[in-house]
Amino acid sequence: MDWAPIFTNSIQASIGPEAVVYCLAAIGLNIHFGYTGLLNFGQAGFMAIAGYGLAASVVTFGLPFWLALLIGLGGTVVFALLLGVPTLRLRADYLAIVTIAAAEIVRQLLGSQALRNWFGGKDGRQGFSDPLRAINPFTQDVDLGFMSFSPFEFWVMVIGWILVAVCCLVVWALMRSPWGRVLKAIREDEDAVRSLGKNVYGYKMQSLILGGLIGGLAGFIMGLSRSSIVPDNFQADITFFAWTVLLLGGAATVFGPVVGAILFWLLISVLGNFFSQATAGPDPLMPVWLMDQNQASLVRFIVLGLALMLLMIFRPQGIFGDKRELAINAR
Amino acid sequence: MPDERRTEAAAAKDAAAALADVPREPGAPKPDPILVADDIVRRFGGLTAVDVEHVEIQRGVITGLIGPNGAGKTTFFNVLTGFDQPDNGHWEFNGRSLKGTAAYRVARMGMVRTFQLTKALSRLSVMENMRLGATGQRGESLWQAMLAPLWRAQETANTGRAEKLLERFNLGAKSADFAGSLSGGQRKLLEMARALMVEPELVMLDEPMAGVNPALKQSLLGHVKSLREEGMTVLFVEHDMDMVRDISDWVIVMAQGKIISEGPPEAVMGDQRVIDAYLGAHHDAALTEEEEEQMLAEAERAAEAERAAQGRRA
Repeated sequence: MDWAPIFTNSIQASIGPEAVVYCLAAIGLNIHFGYTGLLNFGQAGFMAIAGYGLAASVVTFGLPFWLALLIGLGGTVVFALLLGVPTLRLRADYLAIVTIAAAEIVRQLLGSQALRNWFGGKDGRQGFSDPLRAINPFTQDVDLGFMSFSPFEFWVMVIGWILVAVCCLVVWALMRSPWGRVLKAIREDEDAVRSLGKNVYGYKMQSLILGGLIGGLAGFIMGLSRSSIVPDNFQADITFFAWTVLLLGGAATVFGPVVGAILFWLLISVLGNFFSQATAGPDPLMPVWLMDQNQASLVRFIVLGLALMLLMIFRPQGIFGDKRELAINAR
Repeated sequence: MPDERRTEAAAAKDAAAALADVPREPGAPKPDPILVADDIVRRFGGLTAVDVEHVEIQRGVITGLIGPNGAGKTTFFNVLTGFDQPDNGHWEFNGRSLKGTAAYRVARMGMVRTFQLTKALSRLSVMENMRLGATGQRGESLWQAMLAPLWRAQETANTGRAEKLLERFNLGAKSADFAGSLSGGQRKLLEMARALMVEPELVMLDEPMAGVNPALKQSLLGHVKSLREEGMTVLFVEHDMDMVRDISDWVIVMAQGKIISEGPPEAVMGDQRVIDAYLGAHHDAALTEEEEEQMLAEAERAAEAERAAQGRRA
């Protein structure tokens, strides 16, 4: 068993572009669920629309990169309006149902044969990250001693973590303001907020759009880091991992999603590397009757699930959450 | 203290004077109504929960809305405040029609309600609950919210106002606690104080005494009376007859969705229609012999039919 690569690989994963993607997606969900109490189970849909908005605008329609970014973000706003207009006046569960269905519809549409000329069907779109590559200030591999990143990977990471920092700043600034107070009050009881003269529907819509926009940023990073985008990038489990990240770090906290994303990828990567090493070679550490190499990559999800269950049992408020708030909620 | 009592007595006297010439009948016109409702009908499927022909609420007085369970009081409340839409009817607040107006707009116009099941925002502090009530906050717009200097002065002013109100409602020491940690009675106080942050003209209290211990009741009564002293109008739904008798200047009685009686508390409580509504129309009438025989015969017929049915089955 060689522990050194397990840890370097894991640390690399925990700050890599993938972690950035989940971090941004979870920050968006945090605005929805953590602060406003909206159940959005379609964050992958927001990510897909932004990612494809960028990719298709550049590759299919030959638009400039910056305009394509705006189109992607505009797409998420339209998506939020489409989801919100019919459901936000209703009880919270309706939004949950509609978002989960809408995200699947989006994914199927993007991969459909009929729209192949625009979105490239199951093969998706490639080559839209070239304008970003052209302005990459890093010319050679970035070596941090025990791990190294390719120039473009590092460039995307830098952009990604800057976006995370900006989003955290925005969330912090908003949630300490009277605007954030209205959102939190809506989470507690929207009728009470209505009785005090606040337009609850409008605030929920603003929250849905803002969180969706940040989910859109996650979609950008997802596409750009791989220089490719395919419909299968945006399966429903992306949304559920983002929820996991949020609950792991602690909902309704500014840094919860950040810490959650880092830990989530650390955990997944440590487990993955450990099991693949433990089952490798002619005389593996793990007896073959218990687990073979093919099963190793799946077992990490089983153990991860177990770890999350334990977390929810022993620290249900997440890592950053305030236990006192939970105690009140339980009444 | 004597000063305060005089103003309270004066307010009660003014209210009584204003209502002196109002006829004691359902739908009576008032000299200066703040709220006028006509032909309000609210049906739930086949059940007509509210069917109010005409009602006026006098400005500056405390009006109690009473009635047996299921009389439609809360539904009527919900309709008036925009939390429910009636099937028919129109109603005006300060001369402006409220038909189809969203609940939050009704509140902004100066008609603020509380709830039967108290809605304290549990995971916000008591002070945050209070601040939320202030209207016209610049920091509540998404664009200005991000820049604290734009709203900080207003926030400080609101905090000052909230502190005074909390002091008055004996919640001053609780200001930093989560609202969820308050007792039931304290939540009622908080809800009332929070409603005052909106600076309403008409305060609508839905069962303010429900679940409040007797010690706190007296202080709550005092607070409701103090609203009248400050020139606000109060309309409340209540089951607690002591409260109704003690503080209301005018009482409206609902039964089965209709308004059946109106008047000052003493007059209403002696009204035969009201007693009938609460206790049933025949509650004290003795059965005549024919009625008794008729009932006996009916019971026997029913028993006979049942025996026959059993016999067939066997």
